[in-house]
Formats: sequence, structure tokens, C-alpha cells
Amino acid sequence: MDAFTTLKAVAVPIDQANVDTDQIIPARFLGRTRDRQVEGFFHDFRLDPNGRPREGVTLNNPAYKGAKIIVGNTNFACGSSRENAVTTMVDNGFRSFIAPSFGDIFFNNCFQNGCLPIRLPADRVARIRVILHELPGAEIAIDLAKQTVTGPDGKTDSFEVDPFRKEMLLKGADEVKITLGYEADIKRFEDRQKQEMPWL
Amino acid sequence: MTAPRTMFEKIWQRHVVVDRPDGYTLLYIDRHLMHDGSSPAYARLKARGMGLRRADRAAATPDHYVKTDHRSKDVPDADHRRLLNDITKNCNEAGVTLFDLGDVRQGIIHVVGPEQGLSQPGTTLVCGDSHTSTHGALGALAFGIGSSEVTHVMATQCLWQRKPKSMRITVDGTLHPHITGKDIILAIIGKIGAAGAVGHVMEYAGSAIRGLSMEGRLTLCNMSIEAGGRAGMVAPDDTTFQYLNGKPFAPKGANWDKAMAFWKTVPTEDGATFDTEVTLNAAEIAPMVTWGTSPEDVLSINGRVPDPASAPNPGKQENMKRALEYMDLKPGTPMDGIAVDKVFIGSCTNSRIEDLRAAAAVAKGRKAKIPAWVVAGSGLVKQQAEAEGLDKIFREAGFDWREPGCSMCIGVNGDTGVAGQRIASTSNRNFVGRQGVGVRTHLVSPAMAAAAAVTGHFTDVRKLLG
Repeated sequence: MDAFTTLKAVAVPIDQANVDTDQIIPARFLGRTRDRQVEGFFHDFRLDPNGRPREGVTLNNPAYKGAKIIVGNTNFACGSSRENAVTTMVDNGFRSFIAPSFGDIFFNNCFQNGCLPIRLPADRVARIRVILHELPGAEIAIDLAKQTVTGPDGKTDSFEVDPFRKEMLLKGADEVKITLGYEADIKRFEDRQKQEMPWL
Repeated sequence: MTAPRTMFEKIWQRHVVVDRPDGYTLLYIDRHLMHDGSSPAYARLKARGMGLRRADRAAATPDHYVKTDHRSKDVPDADHRRLLNDITKNCNEAGVTLFDLGDVRQGIIHVVGPEQGLSQPGTTLVCGDSHTSTHGALGALAFGIGSSEVTHVMATQCLWQRKPKSMRITVDGTLHPHITGKDIILAIIGKIGAAGAVGHVMEYAGSAIRGLSMEGRLTLCNMSIEAGGRAGMVAPDDTTFQYLNGKPFAPKGANWDKAMAFWKTVPTEDGATFDTEVTLNAAEIAPMVTWGTSPEDVLSINGRVPDPASAPNPGKQENMKRALEYMDLKPGTPMDGIAVDKVFIGSCTNSRIEDLRAAAAVAKGRKAKIPAWVVAGSGLVKQQAEAEGLDKIFREAGFDWREPGCSMCIGVNGDTGVAGQRIASTSNRNFVGRQGVGVRTHLVSPAMAAAAAVTGHFTDVRKLLG
């Protein structure tokens, strides 16, 4: 997994609440190999049925070109567990997502792919989105070690992140490898469970 | 004396392998369910030169990509064909129990797990699918995970988790006739919102929940994810035990007695506290129907399409306007009477025998005015329905009786609507484009879907059944 340390990049606002992972990548793209899922990125959200860019969609605005951060709204990336929602955003250049809250499964999936989901208070996130609309192309700076986000207005907020997830991201650690280091504990658990729940 | 504990707390504590000082827990996973979308996770496992740590704790069935008009894996789409063949190859290689196409036990994984007795009280269960919350109906801690975590479970039989918060939803009182688990969960989501339970494990309690059949509880827990919940659970009781008794993978003989003794200790203890409490009055729940593009956009069939002008804030107003535009609905329109183009009865939410019985009771002696599909949740559900003559009732009423799979809930197998169509669906998500680009989905119970089929519009099913 790629490490995540600091990121200073253009951020694109998406105002809708409850943006579900079906919007991030429609189901019809899921059966494809990952390299052919790239175009599925917000496909129907960005384009009309004739393949023309929809009006008023920030993701279609060239002023946000090169964005690596999405600033969303409440319950961002809710719904389906499809990890493709994270990987297709990664493959389109995104590494961090800022919102008041996230779908729980998406939130976990981010850490599996070197991405940082950041929860900030709803009013602050709303303010950042307004600024990004007013100044398309403005940047946000994220420092994971310091746990800070500096908005396009220069205001810095601190954010919470689980120490375990932070450490894994900073190192770009391999989670399976780390867990295998607990082999003795897992074996002990299994031996005990075999006695206690022999029917499983 | 220890403080009284919730069911969730007890199951969690029992499965802790390692508690790190930083608040992260390595949790043991008792059961891992797989489907035809799981093969990339297996490929990553193989790339590490590893096999499944506990193939004996895994089970699989193809559901997402299977066709519902035939049982062949020889489907036109090369990617889908590969996925359908991979699951067979992978399970054979890894020694995982597989209910493959052609096996009567094949079906939607969240129907098959409980039906086979693989989902059990007091256990932890995961699957690379968000509707894994379904299995909590048996008193399990069951939740959906992403593909990387699937690989992690295959490799280690464990997951790193931060303990979620707990929420109890108490539904007391008596349900009106023909009000189902689907109406209850839609009413709950309408009350707390699509993000209402984010970060929480939900426990459903109260007399109305106790009175639900296992099928009703499975429907209820299935849509916990639609309220944002990490998982949903119902305490195991006699309904649960009777359901499990005799199921192929349920414990037998002396093990049954041992399991029963344990299962009875699983429910939440009196006096245990939850981080969040929500209550609903069962008597106030009517047949529910969604009007928008999130499951929280829901109201009674006797309600009217809401007006964005009544929204509590500009953001919500904008969302409502966008939803109504997509759904092609005008504020103030009575829900009862809105014309429907197609009906889908199926999905991991509502494709079990009780669901099909409820729909058949409405279809019986009537004729569908619009295309209507019935997709049983598994080969065994289909077989049972046919033994009861339900297929005959559906066919005589002009409904299409199809083979088991996820079908039009997600549409990846090609079962989708056409842009502009309005569908009465017993599935779980009315998201934009969920059932096809431009398709308008309304979530309802099986009886309500059948009522829409035979009248051609949404209507209160109680008017048909008296």
C-alpha cells in the first residue's frame, strides 16, 4: 500500500448529502478488471445518458483539474461495500476525502488503499465547499502526522484519526503482514473456541 | 458483579483476539460468506502465495452475475463469464463449500446463509457485501466489508476493528394486518435518516420485533445498512431456535444442546445501556413507499409527495428538488394512485418464502396490468414456493417466475429497467440509476409490490385484502 504523509492539492466540492457508492461507480462497471473501471468514476453523475457532461457538476469543471481531494457532505459514500468506489477514485488521482460523516464501510476501505478520509464539523465542511465554489482550483493542505487540514482560506483545523490507522498510513504498512505477526494469539483463540464452541 | 451487557458487547468481547492499547481490536471472524464478486480478493491472496486460513469456515454461492432466465454460466459478457467460472475454480482449489449454479441450494448469499444454518447466534460473520447485516436477524454480529478486508479474512480469519457504538431501536405495540418487516425498517429509516445509525451496531427490540417471523427479522436487519448502521441484530429466541433446528449446517445432537445453552446467554441483559435509544410505536406504521432517491425519502402510502419548500434547510431543499426531478414527481401528489411501469419482487431483502406467500395472496385471482417479476431468493425457496403452488398463482396472474439471483436489485447481470421507467421494487436501494440508468425505483413490501402489479399503480394493499 502507498504511504500517506502530506498532501497539498486542488480540492473539488460535491454538495449533495448521502452520495452513495453507486454514484461513485455504477454497478455495471464492477465486473471489469480494475484498469477498465477507471472510466466508471462518477460516470452517470458526470455524464447524461448521451455521454455529454452534465451542467453544474463540479467534477466536469476544468478549473478543478488535477484535484486530489473531494470535499463532500453528510454520509459521503454510503451504501454498497464496493471497494471499487475507493480504487476508481484513486485511479482518477484522489487520495483524500473530507466530509462531516462517511459510510462506515467506505471509511474502512479508504485505509486499505492509502487514502485518508477526514471528518470535520458540518459547518466547517460547508464553509470549505462554499470557498471552493468561489475559488475553483484552490488548494487544501493535509498533514497526517500533525493531523491538520489547512483550508483554502488559510484556516487550519485538526482532525481525529485512529492511531492504528494513522501509523499504517504513514508507513504504507501491509496489514495482512502485521496481523500474521499475531499468529500465536490467533492460534490460542482458535484452540479455546474449539473447546467452547465445538459445533462451529 | 459486572455491569449488564448488550448482546453486541458480549459477542464482541467473546471474539477479541488482541486488544491494542490504542483502541483497535483484532476480532475473530467465525463465518465468512463469499459470492461471485469475491474473486479479486482471492486473486490477491494467491498473489501472496497464501490460501484460506479457515476454508472450513467459508461458504460461497454465485448470485450477483447469474442470469435469472437460465442456469448456464455461459453468459454473453466475458467479464461476467470469468467471474462465474472463477468462483467454481477458486472454491474447488481452496476447499470452500460452494452452492453452485445447478445446485438447488444456490441463491442470494444472504438468503442461503440463514437457510443453510451457516448464520448462527453469538457468532461473528462477514461477507464482501453491505447487506451482510441481514444475518444479524439470528443474533449474530454480521457486517459487510470491502474486498481488501475479504483478503485479510481469508488470510488471517480476523479483522482489525474499532468498536462501534450501540443503538437500540424499540418497536412496541401491535402492527396492523399486512404491515411487514419491510414497512418497519422503512419507517425506522424515515425517522432516523440514512445516516442515522452511522458508526453504530443496531439492536431491534420490543414486542413488535419479537412477534416477527425469522423472514421478517431478516428483512429488518438487511436494511440496517440503509440507516447507516454497521450491523443490525435481533436477540435469539424460540423463533430463532425453531428456525435453525434441522438446518444442514446447524449443530446436531449433543452439540445442539451445547449450542442452545450458549445461545440463551446471547441476548442483551436487563439494565444494559446503549449509546443511542430510538422508539417507534408499531400501531402508527402504515404500508411504506419511498418517493425519492435515498431510503430515508419514505412515507406512508396514504401520504403525499413532499414539497421541497417545507425542507428544514437549503441543502435539504436542494436534495429534495433534485430527487423529485429525477423521480418525475410533483409535490402534493397522493402516493396512492401514482402509475407504475414494472414490478420487481426479489432481492436479499424480500425473496424468502414468506415474502412470496404475501405477494401471491395479493396476486391470487387477479391479473397483472404491468410486467411483474418474481425472483426467488434461492433454489430451495423456489422449490418450496412451487410445492405450495405459488408459482402457479403468479403465472396465472401474468407474473414472470424466474431463477434465483440478485437480479434487478443491482442489475449487474443485465436485469435492469429502461430509462424513465417507474419500478415498484421489494429491494433495498432507490439510489439514482440503481436499477438502470434513468430508472425510478420505489421501495415497498412484497404485498405492496404485488398490489402495484395488479392495479398498475401504487395503492394501499389493505384495500385489496380487506
